[in-house]
Amino acid sequence: MTRYLLRRLAGMVVVMFLVATIVFVIAHVIPGDPAAVMLGPSATAADIDALRARLGLDASMPVQYVQFLESVIRLRLGESIFLSRSVTQALAERAPLTLQLTVLAAALATLIGIPIGVLSAVKRGSMVDQVLTAAAMAGASLPSFWIGLTLIEYLAVRLHLLPVAGYGPPDAGVLERLSYLIMPAIALGIPNSALIMRFTRTSMLDVLQEDYVRTARAKGLAPATVIFKHAFRNARTSVLTVIGLTVAGLLGGAIVTETVFALPGVGNLVVSAVLRRDYPVIQGALLVISGVYVLINLGIDVLYAVLDPRVRY
Amino acid sequence: MSDVALPNARTRSASPLLLLLGRLVRRRLVLISLFILLIMLVAAVGASWIAPYSPRRMDIAHRLAAPSAAHWFGTDEFGRDVLTRCMYGAQLSLTVGFLVVIASLTCGTVLGVVSGYVRQLDGLLMRITDALMAFPDILLAIALMAALGASLTDVVIALGTVYTPRVARVARGATLVLRELQFIEAAEALGASGRRVIVVHLLPNLASPLLVQGTFVFAFSILTEAALSFLGAGVPPTSPTWGNMIASAQEYMQNASWLILAPGLCIVLTVLALQAVGDGLRDALDPRLRRLT
Repeated sequence: MTRYLLRRLAGMVVVMFLVATIVFVIAHVIPGDPAAVMLGPSATAADIDALRARLGLDASMPVQYVQFLESVIRLRLGESIFLSRSVTQALAERAPLTLQLTVLAAALATLIGIPIGVLSAVKRGSMVDQVLTAAAMAGASLPSFWIGLTLIEYLAVRLHLLPVAGYGPPDAGVLERLSYLIMPAIALGIPNSALIMRFTRTSMLDVLQEDYVRTARAKGLAPATVIFKHAFRNARTSVLTVIGLTVAGLLGGAIVTETVFALPGVGNLVVSAVLRRDYPVIQGALLVISGVYVLINLGIDVLYAVLDPRVRY
Repeated sequence: MSDVALPNARTRSASPLLLLLGRLVRRRLVLISLFILLIMLVAAVGASWIAPYSPRRMDIAHRLAAPSAAHWFGTDEFGRDVLTRCMYGAQLSLTVGFLVVIASLTCGTVLGVVSGYVRQLDGLLMRITDALMAFPDILLAIALMAALGASLTDVVIALGTVYTPRVARVARGATLVLRELQFIEAAEALGASGRRVIVVHLLPNLASPLLVQGTFVFAFSILTEAALSFLGAGVPPTSPTWGNMIASAQEYMQNASWLILAPGLCIVLTVLALQAVGDGLRDALDPRLRRLT
């Protein structure tokens, strides 16, 4: 186990090094002078020179690359150009909200996706299966911003059940905060639940064909026992994998969802940084979000090994 | 015995394309989906001829008009015809999707085959795809848009970069399986050059998994393009897209829900149809999978 963990950690370091390199390349394919682009057409030459010096843009490309890697290793992500605070600080302020939103959406997606996937696999080929499979495909085709706007229109504007958008007054309690997150979590959760449903269905179908499932049925066990004790237990490791895959979808979807619902999270930060060309913030967000993704997937692989003793490290 | 077996084998291999089409059309969902895609294609290609109005023609007297005989999908806040704008949106979405599929299939196949064939490069190339896939689709696309610009080409480059690793993964996986098979070994034993093995024996067998993957890339790139233009990071708002139509309709949706409904349905129907066709293709091309699902 220790050796496996060490090997995976080494692989993670390599991937993160490549991630940092990609982030560096993205920031340097900007046509023209990045400092001029960031400050806009009204900037004076002196301002642009000052920003160039601050960002270290006067050095040669290899020197900039080494400096960039060094600052990434020290977790120094630089200063935002428009927010008058460090990128780390800006991200840290907004991370808790995005974390709550994605966890809530992931829980929702799992709670919808897994039971429906199991049901669909058990009733394979029936009308129920066909309807559920079609519904999942439709769910995966819905843009989360469209779901979000439709929810706002019906649940908030017409029925006044939930607040329209935003995150409430600063002194709002936990429950009030939660009410602001319900619609965003649904908008983000539905497309991802479709993914989980389809994957659960396929892994359950695989397992249901196994001989031991037939044996369990043949010896007269109740169908529910066969499905949950024999089949689902063996399907759950692959379901774990797909939950890991949806992490990327959730983190990406949060960017769009937070914009629709005007939630001050990391996604909102990224969008406003992109629209204002605040490159240090974009770079920092790219690094942190991909880092989170890589870490979660490492965690899932380890959990996979714990849940399924057959997995050899 | 061989007299009986031969004609049978010949008819089976006579027209694989026709057989595939036959299998596809037999599934009702796929048939409906192909029909939807055909409508979208006609609307997109023929937008400049069959669209009832000009996409930029404003008519303040009829702003925010509900759907009617004159304006099937209603009008927007400037009195522009929503149906017309949806058709031009289809033009952009389908163009982006098509170009992204071409770009990512080309780059992804080259990377995947190289990775599957050249052991020394495999590790590095796969770690690079790992790294690229560590960014959520939209995040990578939006960051690339911030760096590149806002033209159609920039959107295609950004989305092509996002989806190339996925294609490369599929191409590599299939290459690794295929190169162990006997017909490749036989070709190599007969002295075929590496290039000949790849072009004549490997690539035709990669076609089906790549075709399926290409259909899904088409669907995802339409969704991601819509998200980009919704966020204001796609092509400039002067050209109508499904995403930016929804974005500008947000303020008016209380009084004019058709502004959100029409482009939204365009996105959903197109993406849904593409996914259904992709599923249908996968089942039709790989009978082993059909038995499972």
